[in-house]
Amino acid sequence: MSLAPDVFTYVADLVQRRAGIQLDTGKEYLVESRLLPLAQEAGHARVDTYVRGIRGIERPADVQAVVEALTTNETSFFRDGSPFTALADDIVPALRSRPGGLPRMRVWSAACSTGQEPYSIAMTLADAVGPETSVEIVATDLNQAVLDRAAQGVYSRLETNRGLPSAMLVRHFEADGTSWRVREDLRRQVTFLRHNLLESPPFGGGFDVVFLRNVLIYFDLPVKQAVLDRVLTAMRPGGYLVLGAAETTIGLDDGWERVPVARGAVYRALTGAAGTTSPVRPFLPTPARAPLVPTPTVPSPFTTTGTVPAVVPSAAHAAFLPTARPSHLSAPVRGESR
Amino acid sequence: MRALVVDDSRTMRRIVAKILEGLGYETSQAENGQEALDALQQGDAVDLVTVDWNMPVMDGLELVGHVRKNRDLRSVTLMMVTTEAEQSQIVRALAAGAHEYLIKPFTAEELRAKLDLLGLVPLEETA
Repeated sequence: MSLAPDVFTYVADLVQRRAGIQLDTGKEYLVESRLLPLAQEAGHARVDTYVRGIRGIERPADVQAVVEALTTNETSFFRDGSPFTALADDIVPALRSRPGGLPRMRVWSAACSTGQEPYSIAMTLADAVGPETSVEIVATDLNQAVLDRAAQGVYSRLETNRGLPSAMLVRHFEADGTSWRVREDLRRQVTFLRHNLLESPPFGGGFDVVFLRNVLIYFDLPVKQAVLDRVLTAMRPGGYLVLGAAETTIGLDDGWERVPVARGAVYRALTGAAGTTSPVRPFLPTPARAPLVPTPTVPSPFTTTGTVPAVVPSAAHAAFLPTARPSHLSAPVRGESR
Repeated sequence: MRALVVDDSRTMRRIVAKILEGLGYETSQAENGQEALDALQQGDAVDLVTVDWNMPVMDGLELVGHVRKNRDLRSVTLMMVTTEAEQSQIVRALAAGAHEYLIKPFTAEELRAKLDLLGLVPLEETA
């Protein structure tokens, strides 16, 4: 069964208008597989008849359901590892070294899906910043259904097994049947809000760090520029932007400079809220003048012996479990002896 | 990459070994902790040991403790693979020196994700 051309054209146009996301020809399968559950729920055997049914009226609830079904991203805890290593090893030290230190740290996790990213950020910061820093994380997504799930903070075993070190699991989660629930202290740090990246951030500005990963790749050039522009206005001058590994601001927006980190795509805002100029001189010609020095990758616990050279250490694991010894359980659970 | 699969269930050993072999590992097997410890102490060099908890003769937790005390085996990565699902049991195993913990039943994808976390997926598999 294939999607009728007029139906695909309509859906692609709708998603472009509402979410700024381009669905090129060839994505018919994606549209069909994502919309089939909605069609069936509405009593249609085929996506074609379902879409034609909502096309004439465009009720907001229907439109939102279609857009949400097509914009949900795959996610996992500590996805890609290196952004979280960069957060702990590069970004936090740089923010802390500013005059006045880091009494408060605001982070925006944009397009947070079911919440694994903001909770991974919270877990990273639990180790990277001291008690003198209060952490606030605003996590946004276009899709209300994923936000509701994220706010509950309950994840299946399959989800926690993907990317979450066991030491982090027992420290920051509690068992909930066969699932795991994020502990209250971590959950309290994260506020989930519905937000469309094409609209101005409604939740105040002043972000020190924005995670906007694997989002720009879906947008065409003008939308990429518009989104980056809005993100820039939500940041403190000199704040940090973390993109997906395949993404860049280069050629899109002059308001950013690339920060040399061991791995990952990290940029610093040269201006920020209200167009104020960064105290750091823009367009640094050499990495030596940037406040961040490239830090060597955390050595893998498994490369010291030379017995397993053909492996890459996972950045997520290496960031938190820097030694091969059991001391990686850095904060033993009360009552447990080592 | 070499792995030692320790489990008293023959079926379980075969399942784990098959997944690991699919990722490019050479595998060997042991039926209990003592048999595994003997193999390791006799110089059977492995990168990874997957360890069941409840086994006759010597259980998995005891095996983990012995391996961790042996300086010659410092480079060995230990992953518990067990039906023990209590949070307190995970804490015990990690405190004893296990690097990761996978609860049975699990999928091949979950085992692979754990290996990825440990940096123990052979390079050609990580693309």
